[in-house]
Amino acid sequence: MSKTHYEFKPWNVGRWIIWSLFALVLLVAPKLFTSSLSVTMLTQMGIAIIACLSYNILLGQGGMLSFGHAVYTGLGSYMAIHALNAVSNGSMPIPVSLIPLVGGVAGLFFAILFGYVTTKKAGTPFAMITLGMAELVFAMSLMFSEFFGGEAGVSGNRVAGDPFMGITFGPPIQVYYLIAIYTFVCVALMYAFTRTPLGRILNAVRDNPERVEFIGYNTQIVRYLAFMIAGFFAGISGGLAAINFEIVTAEVVGAARSGGYLLFTFLGGATFFFGPIIGGVLMVLASVLLSELTKAWLLYLGLIFLFMVMYAPGGIASLIMMNLRVASFGRLREIWVSYLALGVTALVILLGAGAMVEMIYHLKLDAAMGDTVRYLGMELNAKAASSWFGAVFVTLTGLGIFELARREYSRQWAAIQTDIEKEIKRRETQ
Amino acid sequence: MSSAASTAETDRFEQSMTHVHAGGYALELRDLRKSFGKTEIIRGANLAVRAGERVAIIGPNGAGKSTLFNLISGRFAPTSGEVLLNGTRIDGKKPFEINRLGLSRSFQITNIFPKLSVFENLRCGVLWSLGYRYTLFRFLADLDDANNRAEELMHMIRLEKKRDTLAMNLTYAEQRALEIGITIAGGANVILLDEPTAGMSKSETSRFIDLIREVTVGKTLLTVEHDMGVVFGLADKIAVVVYGEVIAFDTPEAVRANPKVQEAYLGSVLADEQAAAVGH
Repeated sequence: MSKTHYEFKPWNVGRWIIWSLFALVLLVAPKLFTSSLSVTMLTQMGIAIIACLSYNILLGQGGMLSFGHAVYTGLGSYMAIHALNAVSNGSMPIPVSLIPLVGGVAGLFFAILFGYVTTKKAGTPFAMITLGMAELVFAMSLMFSEFFGGEAGVSGNRVAGDPFMGITFGPPIQVYYLIAIYTFVCVALMYAFTRTPLGRILNAVRDNPERVEFIGYNTQIVRYLAFMIAGFFAGISGGLAAINFEIVTAEVVGAARSGGYLLFTFLGGATFFFGPIIGGVLMVLASVLLSELTKAWLLYLGLIFLFMVMYAPGGIASLIMMNLRVASFGRLREIWVSYLALGVTALVILLGAGAMVEMIYHLKLDAAMGDTVRYLGMELNAKAASSWFGAVFVTLTGLGIFELARREYSRQWAAIQTDIEKEIKRRETQ
Repeated sequence: MSSAASTAETDRFEQSMTHVHAGGYALELRDLRKSFGKTEIIRGANLAVRAGERVAIIGPNGAGKSTLFNLISGRFAPTSGEVLLNGTRIDGKKPFEINRLGLSRSFQITNIFPKLSVFENLRCGVLWSLGYRYTLFRFLADLDDANNRAEELMHMIRLEKKRDTLAMNLTYAEQRALEIGITIAGGANVILLDEPTAGMSKSETSRFIDLIREVTVGKTLLTVEHDMGVVFGLADKIAVVVYGEVIAFDTPEAVRANPKVQEAYLGSVLADEQAAAVGH
């Protein structure tokens, strides 16, 4: 068979640049953000990125909505912390830097075990079974305290074994770089997976499982294999978390954790490979920063999720890609004023609605501390009609102007999209 | 891997050829029956198609033509009876097992991978037959044979210009062409096309029939079709299905002259067509 006009450059320049930039960001991030909180957060971001990307092998690439991904990250964490303790007491002669792989193997093992049942079904039954599995493992975590450590969990000490070239993993920055290396390698491997025959057939199974059966593939095996791969990377993420926190408690296999992976993978964007990377970063920002800022952070998060599902189901990644497309046709500058208007009015709504939320939370949770709420430097009286009137007024005004801005924006956006479609058609016929 | 791939191809080819010589038929139905609940839809269908024949299956709506395809391709298991592909029994096997034995089908309602590009749709179609199966440790970009075959197919169905367009953004006729492309991609030697021209205009249909003829050269073809012009133009033989039975299976001329067929189905259809022609 002669080679036709198909030419493909797997290592083209663009790809080199992107991956080099990614490595560079991982390398210099702790030099730019030097506070101990920043390093803590960067470390957790690496862990969350691997977890969300592994989750997206199921959700975005395979169309499998799992409600129990924390089972695999969590059990990876437990096996890793036990391995760490075995290294500490000298019964397991492996370096600490390889402990995340123990987590990975554990994740893979449990994915092989549980996945056999789970992946027999697709769609809604699949989601139900993952939920059942998650409950099962969580219930076991409370029963078998020898392994799961009961309420106190299992703790360890990552300064174990012989230091290698002075690296003890005592200082957080050393842990950061260990996690950064794992993050880079895992992201690269998971990206490579999307470029393999199995990865592509997994997309086909997501799109149209019935048709896949008629081109020779057993969809059940495709789902099962993907589930194992997702479990392996989830386990690595769990293993890194065990080294980072040096304690593993039962919540790591809990439903809230599984829900978090789903939520942030979706927010980041399940339809593009890099979406879950954004999701992982947001996950840490929300759980560390937003939770410091306000007690109502879960409520805000829920609202963001709600609006995202309704108006941008492709997540942040798809918003970025849609605007890049507009930019590539040179039309982005026409709508930046609209974006500014949308942004400002959204902030006004947030200001008003946020005031109401904070006052409600204050009345329900901190009523004993008086009626005054500190909100963005202001002092609001949570029981005064004027505060409520003001908050409602600001919210409604914001909503009104936002709607006007939104209409103008939709009109511009639709016009630009029509033009772009025409332009694409024109180029095709040339 | 490429040697494995070519061996798989040769295997499939030799297997089919030996069976063709031994049994003589590429596809055979023996007293095939299928009931849904108490209703028997296929009521003892018999059919024997020789390798390389083009067969059009016609019959009134609800006669069981699509059900017949679903039984042959493994979408449903028959209640009783046998289906033989190149002499091997395939009834009750799963769709992917039947596909691996060299039978491929298209669907009445377009059934493609909407979020994959045209090229990816076709490449997915060729992977199994080239022996790549569930390969994890090779890049798609390096699989020259698969990529070339997908390019070739894209050329055959005339969608080169839409190479990177997502399948969901194609026009209806283009999607139908892609459907055919996916169906023939794996190199199966028995092809089932379920109403390939459904919903197309007259001119689109005639172009499409040329395409089907082109891409199925040397293969055994079964197609469900309503357009009598198409049927008589394309088919070597016609099978008439009425109430879940094959009441006639012969050359177009013989079928046209068959009084049983006239009575059951064709008379009214031809009369309609003639009336329409006179009307124009």
